[in-house]
Order: sequence, then C-alpha cells, then structure tokens
Amino acid sequence: MLSDMKKIVFYSVIVFMAAVIVIIACNKDIEGRTDNIPALAPANLDLNAGAWKPVLLTSPSEFAVAAPGVTTSPDYIAQINEIKAWQADMTKEEERIVKYWSAGGVLRWNEIMRELVAKHNLPPYQNEDGTYPVPSAANPLAYPLFPFANPPYAARAYAYVAAAQYDALIAAWYYKKLYNRAAPYKVDSSLKVLIPQSDLPSYPSEDAVLAGAAAEMMKLLFPGDQDFIQQKAEEQKRARIIAGANVRSDIEAGEVLGKAVAQKFVTRARGDRAGVAGGNPALWKQLEDDCIARGETPWVSLETPKRPPMLPLFGKVKPFLFDSLTVIALRPGPPPSTSSKEMKDECDEVYHQTSRATRENIRIIHFWSDGAGTYTPTGHWMSIAAEDFIKKNFSEVRWARNIALLAMAEMDAAIVCWDTKFYYFNPRPSQMDPNIKSLTGVPNFPSYISGHSTFSGAASKLLGHLIPERAAAYDAMAEEAARSRFVGGLHYNKSDCGVGLVVGRNVGNYAVQRAKTDGAE
Amino acid sequence: MKKISPRMVVAAMLLFAMMLPRSLSAQTDIDALMMAKNAFCVGPMYSYSSWKNYWEGTLKRDNENLGTVSTKMAAVMGNYGISKRLNVLFSVPYVKTKASAGTLQGMDGLQDLSLFLKWRPLQKEMGKGKLSVFGIAGVSFPLTDYTPDYLPLSIGLRSKTALGRLMVDYKLDMGLFATASATYLLRDNIDIDRESYYTTEMHNTHEVKMPDAANYNFRAGFRNRRWIAEAVVNIWNTLGGFDITRNNMPFPSNNMDATMVGANFKYVIPPLPQLQLVAGGNTTVAGRNVGQARTVYGSIFYILDFSRKSKSPNPTSNAK
Repeated sequence: MLSDMKKIVFYSVIVFMAAVIVIIACNKDIEGRTDNIPALAPANLDLNAGAWKPVLLTSPSEFAVAAPGVTTSPDYIAQINEIKAWQADMTKEEERIVKYWSAGGVLRWNEIMRELVAKHNLPPYQNEDGTYPVPSAANPLAYPLFPFANPPYAARAYAYVAAAQYDALIAAWYYKKLYNRAAPYKVDSSLKVLIPQSDLPSYPSEDAVLAGAAAEMMKLLFPGDQDFIQQKAEEQKRARIIAGANVRSDIEAGEVLGKAVAQKFVTRARGDRAGVAGGNPALWKQLEDDCIARGETPWVSLETPKRPPMLPLFGKVKPFLFDSLTVIALRPGPPPSTSSKEMKDECDEVYHQTSRATRENIRIIHFWSDGAGTYTPTGHWMSIAAEDFIKKNFSEVRWARNIALLAMAEMDAAIVCWDTKFYYFNPRPSQMDPNIKSLTGVPNFPSYISGHSTFSGAASKLLGHLIPERAAAYDAMAEEAARSRFVGGLHYNKSDCGVGLVVGRNVGNYAVQRAKTDGAE
Repeated sequence: MKKISPRMVVAAMLLFAMMLPRSLSAQTDIDALMMAKNAFCVGPMYSYSSWKNYWEGTLKRDNENLGTVSTKMAAVMGNYGISKRLNVLFSVPYVKTKASAGTLQGMDGLQDLSLFLKWRPLQKEMGKGKLSVFGIAGVSFPLTDYTPDYLPLSIGLRSKTALGRLMVDYKLDMGLFATASATYLLRDNIDIDRESYYTTEMHNTHEVKMPDAANYNFRAGFRNRRWIAEAVVNIWNTLGGFDITRNNMPFPSNNMDATMVGANFKYVIPPLPQLQLVAGGNTTVAGRNVGQARTVYGSIFYILDFSRKSKSPNPTSNAK
C-alpha cells in the first residue's frame, strides 16, 4: 500500500512538473492592448471640421497652405511612382510601420507622449549637501535629465501637444475641403492600398500635420529625446506614402502646416509661467511662514533629505479653458484646521484603513497609483479614453478634438489643484501621524486637495459627456481613483478626496461647455 | 567521536554565524544529501535578511527613504525519500518585509510553494572517496494573490517557475567534500495590478515578461553522520531584464544578479538522531539591481521513518 502511495505521489509530481514547464516555456510573449488594433476607418469623415472652433488659431486659414499641383502633372505622376517604388520592395519593418500608424496618428502620438512622460517621471537624486538639482532645459541630457515629467508637468505637456494637433487638423480639414485633392489611390487605381480607403481629400496629409505639430511642440517639452521623436515623425510620414494614402506633396504641405500651428503653441507655452513654477528657497519658506501665521501646521516634505515642494507656482500657470481669475474662483474653501478634532478624526480614519489593507484595496491603490516612473494620472485617463475612442471609429480630427478637450481639462485641473494645494499648504496624513504607513509612494507636495481626485473628477466629467453610455462607468472609475488615495494612506477621505472630486468635476464642466459649443456636436 | 554538549553546539553555531555571515537554499534541493527510503524529514525554518545598500543597475547606493529593508521568512520544509536515489522535497514560506525609514508599509503573506524531485542516478567509488551525480527538477508557484509590483517590499515576484539542475558531488571517506551545481530556471510571465508600465519602453499591458535565470552553486567542507560544516558560493544570474534607472524603484523584470558567499552548519544531536539543527548565513559580495543582503537562518528538522523494518538512525544515506 505504501508503495502504491509512493507511485501516486511520484507520478503526480512528475506530471505536475512537466505541465508547469510546458506552460512556462510556451507562454512568454506579451502583447500591448493597442499593438494589433485595426486601421482607423472613421464612421464619419467630419468634412466640415474646418469650421470647428480652434483653441489658439484666429481662423483655420491663419497659416496659408498653397494650392496643390494638378494630379495630371508629370510631377504628380512622379510622386505616384515613388509610392509604387516603395511598395515594390517592402520590408517587414515597412509593413510594421504602416500597420502601426494606420491605427490613428492622434492615438499613436498620445501613446508616444505617455511613453516619454513615464520615462521622465523620476524625481532627481539629491546632491551631496542634501539639496536637490533642478533639471535644465538647456542641457537636457545631463543628470538630472530634463524634464522631470511629474503630474503637473505631464498634464501641461499632454495638453499642448493635443491642442496643437487639434488646431493643426482644423486648418488641415479647412484646406482639404478647399482644395479637394483626391487620394492617390483615387487618381491611380493601379496603386496598392494598404489602409482603408475613404473620400477624405488627401491634401494636406493629416498624418504629416500631426507629425509636424507633435515634433515641433515636443522639441520644447522633451528636448533630450529629439532623435526618438524625429524618428517617429519620419516613420509616420513614410508609412502614409508606403500605404498609398498620400503623395509626397500631401506630406510636405501637411508637415509645414503642422509645424507652423505648433509654433503658435510653443510661443504660448514659453509665456504661460510654467517655467518659473518651481519657485525658490525664499518662496518655499514664505509658504511655510504664511501657513504658520494662519495658525495651521504647515506641510513638510516627508522625504530624506527634505525635497522642495513640487512646482509650488504651477497654480499660476495660464489655463486653456478659463482665465486665471476663474482658477481662484474654483479654489475650494479651507480644509479642517490641523488642530481640529475633525482633522484628527480624518487622520484616524486613514490610519485604520492603511493598517489593515485588503488585497482588493492594494489592487486599486496600485492600479491608480500612477506614481514615479509612470505616465501620471493624466496619462492613465488618456489611456482609458483612447481605448474607448478606438471603439468609436472617430475621424482623426474628432480624435484630436476629444483628446485635446481631455488634455486641456487635465492641465486646468492640475492648475486649480496646485493653486489649492499651495494656498492651504496642508500636511499629509503621514506627517500628522507618523504611524500611518502608505501603500505607495507619498507625493512631495501638500495634501489638500487630492490631485488624483481632481484629475479623475475632471476626466470623468468630460468623458461622460463625450461617451454618454459610459458616463456611469467613468464616474465609478473616478470614485475608485479618489478612494485609492485614501486607502493608500496618502490623503484624507472627506477633505482631500471628496473635495478633489467636486473641484475636478467643476473643471471638467468647462471642458463640457467648450465641447457643446465648438461646432463638433 | 567525542561527545559534544548541546551548549557547545549552540555556541559553535552562533560563533559560526557571526564569523561567516551566511546561504539560504542549503540542506535542501541544492546539496548532496539524500533521505533514505521512506524517511520523511520535516521542520520549520526561519531566516532574517536585510540590506541598507543596493545596486541601482551597477551603481551602489543607499536610500534614506527606505533605511534598512528587512525580510523575515518562516518556512516549513520537507524531504521524503521515495528511494535512496530519489527524493521529493517541498517548502512553503511565509514572508514579511519592512523598511526602517520612509513612509512605505511592509507586506506579509504566504509566498510560493516549491516542489523538487532530486534524483541520484550515479554514485561510485573513486579514489579514496565517492562521486555522485544528481539531476534535480523543481517547480514553484504562488500560493496567494500577493502583489509582486511593490519592490523592494513585495514578498516575492509571483512568477511560476520551473528549474533543471545538474549537480556533482565528491566526498572523501574522511569527510571532506565538494559539490558544484548549475541550474537553469524558467520563469513565467506575471500579472501586476497596473495596466501599463515602463521598462526601457512602454508596455500597455498588465502582463510582465520575466527573464529566465541561471544559478551556480559551489560548496565545500566537511560532513559525516553527525556534522556538516561547509562554505558556499552562490551565483544568481538573471538572463535578461533591465536596469533600475536613476532614482527609480525596482521592478520584477529587472536584471537581478547576485554573488553570495556564506557557510552552513548542521548538527545531529547524538541522543536524538531524528533531530537535526541547521544554521547558516551568507552575505552578498556583488550584485546588480538587488540589495546587498546579509542573511542568517536556522532550522530544526525532524525525521520520521515510514518504513516497516527498523532503520539505521542515520537518515542521510550519502553522509555515511
């Protein structure tokens, strides 16, 4: 009997081990959620988008685009032959870039932005003397690398690229309709077409507009990643020629237009006060002193050595959806006094949550943490939005408009949130009670109001307007994101997360108002 | 052999642990000891491991926002002799982590179940000793839904693994021995709670591709039916993965390498030959994307004999 048992044990162990080895050995490659999505085939071409309301352009024709040459000219025929030459000798890599970019240029550039933000979202390591170095845009490749793409920096970066692309596409759509040049495959039916065909005029190329606008804007935002960015821009333009979607003159006109529009946004960005948002030691001291003078306990960095607060003047940055007076009007009333029983109760509530975290709470804390080394909460909402937009078959210009609305809402949410944080300078739960241990990193800026909650309130409000059937789902996500900061030990539930959601939704309403009146609905 | 008092044993073990700070995977799947047929050896193991410095890529640094990171582990380990040439082993660890500074909370929980088959196909007299060759196959899989994406404070990497190991042991009749092994470890992809993560590029998925790993282990010392004292060098080499970027947090698919040196010590109590005391320690002398850990551990094993006929009190047949 013992020997039978032994055989059973032995063979079941052998079988089990073999099964595990087979499972492990056969199951390695991973696939991103948007790696293999189909080509964009818009349900509606939005041919009148040239009349939509731009963000900065005074009119869609502010930057002139010359009339294209006729499609019967020898020059045009030479351009068709260029396509044929590419197609006659296609490499695997060329097939890959055609497939990659055909999913949509706005989507891909948004993903590229998220990648660069994640790469750059790392707080600099301290100097020998316990101070911290500041990244320099003039010397972006020296440590600390420029930029430190923290949540406010990232929100602003997403917004500028998205808004520039949106305005540039409005201009592109205006000229497309004006000149009405047919796509190459409509001119020469012998062309292979590697993307879905459409009746959208091809001059100027929307893909080149997006590449030009993004590359130009990102010179300012990610000056150390120019080789990577230029390579993506070149890829996108080449992909359209290889695919038979555009001739070279479509591409060239588009790129020039995209860059010109982006220049207008670059000028705005240089003057939007973000460059001085880091403040200086005198200002940091002032924030602390002012808080003490109000009779409150001021925020103190929980890092060792103590790190100066993250972009304390970001609240002064010029918003997209409203003016700076509105930022102050959107600022909520004060949190409970640091010496009040109410604050102590909120603190105790955080302690009780964190000292017995459930696995489900840890899941939501980490799902929403979006901390160092990630694309930040704004990037997370971009990702959520993009994956829903994919299912909607939007035109490129509607993609650009919706992403721009979301990104501008997020940037403005960051501004209002940072204004509030540094106006009140309220301590984190772990500062009030050192027994509170967090389940993800504690951000290095004041507590009131929760950034995640503000970002999520704004995003969910706008997305619920854009995709009404998902409104309840977005609301639930925003509530969960806000809650994650409370159960993670980073924020007070009622004052930080609760008020953050409300303020975020108020910001989101401005984006909804714009959406209702921009001519796209 | 002269009788040694338990007090002397404890003193010797403590001294040993202090002099040669320490190796974890000893007396188990990576040594040359085999349980006799139908004998079952089981017992608790406790280890304490800590580090203050770590390698961020190849750069050695400390982190005042973590202080000293410690890992306590309590495990149950067992070894059953299907025959004297074929053993099956298991271990189930409970792990608790802590950072002495900063705000981050430690984690704790049941980690991974490991199972091994240890086979000795060859053993022959050679010169004044005996040469043995072993083949070892093992698997491990997580027992709970712990999170791996919270390094350095997650309790494990939560990857299902399978390993193959070739081991050669030569022991002189007088007791000196040397053992060398090479291991290839397959590691399955893992799932994390996040929807995306950045390595050297963006990955928009919650699935993380885990690089495989190799392990080389060398041990030499003295063993007889009552004592084992050995020095150990262990080299862990992750085959792929990426470096922690400057001032970033570690990630499960980092390229983690470590070279550890240590010593193990085992004593069979003469009046109670079923009871074995094991202690050891090791220190990390070189590494990449890992903490410079020092580990000490101790365990007590009890041997149950399931065979019907009475057996020799010495359970480790190879140590005869």
